[in-house]
Amino acid sequence: MPRDTLTRTDAELSGLDALDIAGREKETSRAARIWAATWPKLAALALAVAIWQLVVFSGWKPPWSLPGPLVVGEELLRQAGSAQLWDGIAVTLRRAAVGYVFSVAVGLLVGLAVARSTVLRAAIGSMITALQTMPSIAWFPLAILLFELSEKAIFFVVVLGAAPSIANGVITGVDYVPPLLLRAGRNLGARGLTLYRYVIAPAALPAIVAGLKQGWAFSWRSLMAGELLVVGISQTSLGAQLTYARELADSPWLLSTMIVILVIGLVVDAVFGAADTAIRRRWGVLDQAGR
Amino acid sequence: MTATTTAPVSATSAVALTGVTKVYGRGTNAVLALDRVSLDVRPGEFVCLVGASGCGKSTLLNLVAGLDRPSGGDIAVADGAHPGLMFQEPALFPWLTVEANVEVPLKLRGTPRARRRERVAELLRTVHLADFGRKRPHELSGGMRQRVALARTLALDTPVLLMDEPFGALDAMTRDILHDELERIWTERNLTVLFVTHNVREAARLADRIILLSSRPGRIIWSTDVAVPRPRRIDSPEVAAIAAEVTDRLRAEVGRHAA
Repeated sequence: MPRDTLTRTDAELSGLDALDIAGREKETSRAARIWAATWPKLAALALAVAIWQLVVFSGWKPPWSLPGPLVVGEELLRQAGSAQLWDGIAVTLRRAAVGYVFSVAVGLLVGLAVARSTVLRAAIGSMITALQTMPSIAWFPLAILLFELSEKAIFFVVVLGAAPSIANGVITGVDYVPPLLLRAGRNLGARGLTLYRYVIAPAALPAIVAGLKQGWAFSWRSLMAGELLVVGISQTSLGAQLTYARELADSPWLLSTMIVILVIGLVVDAVFGAADTAIRRRWGVLDQAGR
Repeated sequence: MTATTTAPVSATSAVALTGVTKVYGRGTNAVLALDRVSLDVRPGEFVCLVGASGCGKSTLLNLVAGLDRPSGGDIAVADGAHPGLMFQEPALFPWLTVEANVEVPLKLRGTPRARRRERVAELLRTVHLADFGRKRPHELSGGMRQRVALARTLALDTPVLLMDEPFGALDAMTRDILHDELERIWTERNLTVLFVTHNVREAARLADRIILLSSRPGRIIWSTDVAVPRPRRIDSPEVAAIAAEVTDRLRAEVGRHAA
């Protein structure tokens, strides 16, 4: 091929490339992005507190059963200065962590096994979904019969609540790996384990993270239900504190504990949300959706 | 049942298909996709397969690539080479950067890290994307993604390239330039190319030989050597004349299915 043809092609190519990708990179400042994500949340929070205060002002319920936000806020501050709340958080989070980590292990193994084996899928595939729809509190009577009012009963229910969601996330993720990527991977030399490592696992990651997030929500709910029911051995866990607060008719304590539970749930959810966003940004899904 | 053999075939062919048949399904639902297709591709030859829908073009490439097994007949690739396959979509891994995509076949072959880096840089220069290694596929245009896919396939270091309508989704301008690029890379690297397309002009622009497949079942019904000297232009009268002849044959074949 003559030399001038070559250089012509080069120039045309880089010209086309420049035209094609022009305007694809838009940068907004970090502060602006954080503010854009934060102010609607703050506004919603302010609105919720305002409505709460209005309901209290209306005198719908006596103040000893429904205290206002100020009273609860003071109680929350007092609690934050005491060891009792922190002990409760420590006990509850330790249980949550142990139960969740075990659920992740079980969920990943079962999910992978079912995704790989048609026999296993036929056998227990639909059962996993059935387990997922079973309200976890319905397991407690059986758990208490099996393990009495013990840590084990709580652990049993937490795992049953979380593992099916995680397993389902893995199954969905593996099922929806684009066949084209599998063919490309195989053509590039990936087989068996390397196909999992280079193609299937990364392609399934978004669905797996979604399953992990849902699994967390289920395990957190199961744990709270468990701590409310299995009070006898619960030491100072957050759930036990809720029960004590109710028995003592200490509604500021009850509401401030509920706020702590809500905040922990939100923080963990935000961590999963950040992971999800990071993955979608890497994949370029966010750009097309306009963030 | 016969399978893809890796034994060296005659020195005169890079890819040899002998009586290759492919049946999908079984019993009354069985569909004959390919019927006794025999084809010899010489080393360094650029062969375009042209046919209407349902001619089993993609099936044929899958079989040569070893992604599927023939129901009958024999497929041999010279020296047991593992052919590289490109699709209409780039099929890049969206979770990896451009560099990391090109690196995948090298990693899978156990190439040492330093050597991998050199090879990736060299391949990205070959497709004129040296400055885009750190980008992710979604940040590139369709034509650029297809060039990354070409670089990734070239990383297999295979003498045989199978291309399944690789430029079908691109605009005419980009396609013209990529024709020049592919021709250059094919010459520089002494590649043997088996290129599937439904675009007869593209076939006349690129091919040493055009092969026409019938539809349902896919069967070779006609072939012609393209003697137009290179470099060619897709809008030159010689290329247009060949394209017109192929189009006539293709229309006659499609018309056969009207009844």
